[in-house]
Amino acid sequence: MRHILAVLVENQPGVLTRVAGLFSRRGYNIESLAVGQTHDPEISRMTIVVDGDDRVIEQVVKQLEKLVDVINVRDISEAEHVDRELVLIKVKAEPKVRGEIMQIVDIFRARIVDIGHNSLIIECTGDEGKIKAIEKSLRPFGILELVRTGKIAMVRGQKYEEE
Amino acid sequence: MKMTGADVVIKALEQEGVEVIFGYPGGAVIPIYDKLYDSSIKHVLVRHEQAAAHAADGYARATGRTGVVIATSGPGATNLVTGIANACMDSIPMVVFTGQVALPAIGRDSFQEADITGITLPIVKHSYLVRDVNKLASTIKAAFQLAGTGRRGPVLIDLPKDIQTAEVEFDYPEHVSFRGYRLPGEPSAAEIYQAVKTIGISRRPVIYAGGGVITSGAAEELKEFAEKTQIPVTTTLMGKGAIPEDHPLSLGMVGMHGTYYANFAVSHSDLLIAVGARFDDRVTGRLDTFATQAKVIHIDIDAAELGKNVRPHHVLNGDAKLILQELLSRVEIPQTKEWLDQIAVWKKEHPLSYCQDKDKIKPQYVIEQLRKLAGEKAIVTTEVGQNQMWAAQYYKVSKPRTFISSGGLGTMGFGLPAAVGAQIGRPDDLVISISGDGSFQMNLQELATIVQQQLPIKIIILNNGYLGMVRQWQELFHDKRYSQTELIPVPDFVKLADAYGIAGYRAHSPEEVGPVLEQALNHPGAVVVDVVIDREENVFPMVPAGGTLTKMIGV
Repeated sequence: MRHILAVLVENQPGVLTRVAGLFSRRGYNIESLAVGQTHDPEISRMTIVVDGDDRVIEQVVKQLEKLVDVINVRDISEAEHVDRELVLIKVKAEPKVRGEIMQIVDIFRARIVDIGHNSLIIECTGDEGKIKAIEKSLRPFGILELVRTGKIAMVRGQKYEEE
Repeated sequence: MKMTGADVVIKALEQEGVEVIFGYPGGAVIPIYDKLYDSSIKHVLVRHEQAAAHAADGYARATGRTGVVIATSGPGATNLVTGIANACMDSIPMVVFTGQVALPAIGRDSFQEADITGITLPIVKHSYLVRDVNKLASTIKAAFQLAGTGRRGPVLIDLPKDIQTAEVEFDYPEHVSFRGYRLPGEPSAAEIYQAVKTIGISRRPVIYAGGGVITSGAAEELKEFAEKTQIPVTTTLMGKGAIPEDHPLSLGMVGMHGTYYANFAVSHSDLLIAVGARFDDRVTGRLDTFATQAKVIHIDIDAAELGKNVRPHHVLNGDAKLILQELLSRVEIPQTKEWLDQIAVWKKEHPLSYCQDKDKIKPQYVIEQLRKLAGEKAIVTTEVGQNQMWAAQYYKVSKPRTFISSGGLGTMGFGLPAAVGAQIGRPDDLVISISGDGSFQMNLQELATIVQQQLPIKIIILNNGYLGMVRQWQELFHDKRYSQTELIPVPDFVKLADAYGIAGYRAHSPEEVGPVLEQALNHPGAVVVDVVIDREENVFPMVPAGGTLTKMIGV
């Protein structure tokens, strides 16, 4: 099963190497890893998507927690959470098909961020299902390049009615 | 008052109470060695950096204190790699300083530049590359704190040369706090209660003690616990010394070359109490046939070990000594009389044994004689391979920190430099290095260190002219196809000793063994004893790699 780990780390050189090295050394598979500074400039947050059974994930979490630069690890897969990914897709776009592509972009509430002679760059944000769907819809036109940020995720706040 | 980074290093080490450094100078650490020249800290000059790391490791194992190493950048640092990995695998506290090229030169493939923090990433507890001299003192404090607490391990500090010469006010903190490093607390009363209940109703319990018992200083508590509950104790290689091996409840070592009765006891147990041990493959053999009837109580300071290889029924995360004290204070005594009777039968029917020979020297006999002559205070280091396993089987250890061996990494060439460290740390105790002819040749340059430091180490070489353990596997599993395991010619070790100014003795026949060993142990200085043993003697019993513990060969 896939798990989403929210990992707070010291914002220091080498931290990413330590985390990535741990995964490769112990043979865990990273599906995606996104990292950036938090509101506290001394702390970065990684969102790691990792595949494995409960035992593997338990080891991943414990081994991560052993790293001195790792402040806190949470497996948020089970919690109510929001997750997003951003993708940039450069798609082949002869003038005669642009209208059709723009319709698809509208449907997905994505954006066109660059127009070239024969191509468009489309920016799309969403959860995994949406990213997959837009990719599939654009594939017939010819995808020239595609880049994704990797998933970032956050646990939802407590609902008002529960307070 | 301002001082240089090199001064800070020496001052910090003095404040940490460091009495000795194991090292080897080079271009990128000259400023530190210049300051060391005026310091009261002793420096042991090795002849190869690998030996510095092993010596610091041996020192740490013999004393319980943190070992300190210095080497230069580039090859000096990379030569430490095996020693650091060795310490990491066996959880040995060590602080390693490496020189580095100056900050502006980093990343340009400068002379003697190596990315040592990168290279050592998977084999350290933590590491630092110091980029700001203002953080040097707190970094050193942090390194000692990390190395010497929790699950111990090596911490590396990479010191660019310009950091060593930069000026700074000396301010050594008493304590450094980390956001991401927490020591486990104590298990809750409920957890202890449940474990106590499980122990109380068990009928065939076994304690399985590892290196964590030695590290936490819990040998007394372990013995008391075993005696009070009448639960037999088996140890890992790293756990030798956790209980006196002549104790009636001691089963000796478990695992691949464990005793018949230890392996049988573990395999038939209904409760396994693992203390500071990690269910290593050399202990468990095939995991799905390991101790299948047993519930497991796993006591360890490292939470990541709990459930890593075996699913425990109860986990007690924390320091072994504290937890054993807790268990002792509430213990419920199980009825183990029948179980102990059964084990006594196994012990009687299948003791450790070998066939004595009239003409050929049996290595097991050498170890037995050595143990008889050396007394219980002696410290033994081993190399890796057959010599190590014969020592583990036949050298009955009475006290913690007297049996020093490379467990996890299995490093040939460890024992001789480790003996240097042990003798430096415990100058008044007899230190014996048990070796094979292959392992000895991996770090024999340290004979010069031994002479220079005037260390009265007794080096016993079990000489069979083979890379013996590999030869044994080739004999048993590869139709005696001895591919590249005959180490002929073996140098004349007596002459070699003489070349270094060390006394050398040789034993050819069984009747010479006792007298030669006695002569060697009575010699006031260092000694090399070349014991020419039966070339194709094997280590038995043996559980083939990945096999089931009860299916031993050679019993």
